[in-house]
Amino acid sequence: MKPRTIIEKIWDNHLVIENPGAPALIFIDLHLVHEVTSPQAFQGLRDRGLTVRRPDLTFGTVDHSSPTHSFTLPIVDKIAETQIRQFEENCRQFGIPAFGYKSAHQGIVHIIGPEMGLTQPGQTVVCGDSHTATHGAFGALAFGIGTSQVEHVLATQCLLQQKSQTFEIRVDGRLKPGVSAKDIILAVIAKIGIGGGTGCVFEYTGSAIRALTMEERMTVCNMSIEGGARAGLVAPDEKTFEFLKGRRFAPKGADWDAAVERWKQLATDEGAAYDKQLTIDADALEPMITFGTNPGMGIPITGAVPDPASLSDPLERDTLSKALRYMNLEAGKPLAGHPVDVVFVGSCTNSRISDLRAAASVVKGRKVNPKVRMLVVPGSQDIKRQAEAEGLDQIFREAGAEWREAGCSMCIAMNGDQLSPGQYSVSTSNRNFEGRQGKGGRTFLASPLTAAASAVMGVVTDARGL
Amino acid sequence: MEKITTFRSQFVAMPIDNIDTDQIIPARFLKTISKAGLGDQLFNDWRYEADGSPKPDFVLNQDWAKRRQVLLAGDNFGCGSSREHAPWALTQYGFRAVISTSFADIFKGNSLKNGLLPVVVPKDVHGWLFANPQSEVEVDLAGQQLKLADGRAIPFTVDPFMRHCLLEGVDELGYILAQEPHIAAFEAQRVGSINTLAG
Repeated sequence: MKPRTIIEKIWDNHLVIENPGAPALIFIDLHLVHEVTSPQAFQGLRDRGLTVRRPDLTFGTVDHSSPTHSFTLPIVDKIAETQIRQFEENCRQFGIPAFGYKSAHQGIVHIIGPEMGLTQPGQTVVCGDSHTATHGAFGALAFGIGTSQVEHVLATQCLLQQKSQTFEIRVDGRLKPGVSAKDIILAVIAKIGIGGGTGCVFEYTGSAIRALTMEERMTVCNMSIEGGARAGLVAPDEKTFEFLKGRRFAPKGADWDAAVERWKQLATDEGAAYDKQLTIDADALEPMITFGTNPGMGIPITGAVPDPASLSDPLERDTLSKALRYMNLEAGKPLAGHPVDVVFVGSCTNSRISDLRAAASVVKGRKVNPKVRMLVVPGSQDIKRQAEAEGLDQIFREAGAEWREAGCSMCIAMNGDQLSPGQYSVSTSNRNFEGRQGKGGRTFLASPLTAAASAVMGVVTDARGL
Repeated sequence: MEKITTFRSQFVAMPIDNIDTDQIIPARFLKTISKAGLGDQLFNDWRYEADGSPKPDFVLNQDWAKRRQVLLAGDNFGCGSSREHAPWALTQYGFRAVISTSFADIFKGNSLKNGLLPVVVPKDVHGWLFANPQSEVEVDLAGQQLKLADGRAIPFTVDPFMRHCLLEGVDELGYILAQEPHIAAFEAQRVGSINTLAG
């Protein structure tokens, strides 16, 4: 048999039928749903008189619209409250297990999938959210879908799909101290651009990827979409199995042993060919930060804002000029030292326990600069409890940061957590688009270490110098 | 879904690369549980002042723009989130096609499911259109060509299955539902090999 990549193996394992003149129909193992991209899909089912085919392969949580202020307070935004209540009602009506608002395990959809052991190697995973690629860290083919496709999967557990190209992103070597998984992915996107992976699925390989923890692999895979790829994955290994073992929905006993044997077959075969390849030297990476209005506009924190005049393509030049105008930044100047108003530690990219520990290690014994508002938003209620058991909440509170309930929060700014016009944030989230964190707000994307150091200093700061 | 037929229109030009879905429809308008009312919020942050009044210089606020059914945009249009609210907002405004040099994958898929045609053209044609902003184009899905005012017919491709759906005004779900025997057979051979969440 021809050597295959893990991407092709998962595809082949899920092919239901490929009729002439139509795309392939593939089976979906895990469908995650949340309140924002599903209401119109559930309504579509009602309009057609359809049911959910596999509620046992579907799981819901509320995360995007839900407030992260104290659960003792009412939901102020009545439109958001209606959406959350409608979601909970939809899940009840169609028999879908879900963590509703204020439930003990609620959290960001891409945090709770792995946390609960729902996400497993070799699966196809979809969700009406572009950061579904996060689940690829487990060696799953996981990608975001639109609401029409949410309806298709609810009704049939299947999707019509065109096969993607395969793109190997090889990261070899060792990261220097103070350089993190977030810096790897920001460097990858800065290199290929935000459309560089369009039509592709990434497989992250190489010694630097193998050396990452599962949480760090999730950070890398999470931002695959920021490089244009709908999915990005890492072949499973002992770390993957170790992470999953004993989790609530992971196989148990003999089923576990059989599953691990199956998962070990997934890795890309020796000699398998990729459509595209890129190699990154981990040793050469510095902490990264974005300066512009898309995640591809990133530079080493030691670098300077690029000059539009250096670009020959007029449309590219205008696009960069527009970004610098929006950000009110001057070409040629370093970002380090630029004043910061808000620091956000959270999102499906960087809200896991290791991210909170990293941020806490910087602020411990220090104070958040009085000019800065720092929000720390754990990815799930489970992470929140874990952090509190470790005393991280106390470290953040004593430093002057806000310790909040779990959710997407200021990554997408739908729930009231947002920047004011003109404000600058250093954010551990995944998107720096205009207005992403609040209309008129300006975002610098960076790692939890950089974010925390910037909170302390009140300006963009390289944590290695603290 | 309405059938897509051949149509002629002038276009609205937005010469910016990487226009993301947060610009097309900002996230704060995603708290709705219906599809209605999104057209008024299309490009909200570029289109309206802080007090909600239309920005007089923004292209979509011009009377002439409101009659145009085609949007011409920079490279990698629709990058970012998976929100289908983006094509809903674009079609509710009145657009039936977007022309660019490339589209983000999820946006392209979502558009085709909502009767909004993503038309990919080569860089030189893209440049010619920006240089001739008052010209008219003819969008011919059946023939898969974009006719320019200078007489050229530029070929573009749409997945044959999606083209069939768009030309006939049918959606994919009916087709998938009709594959029931294949889905059931697939599930039957998977029993025991997939983890059932309810178990």
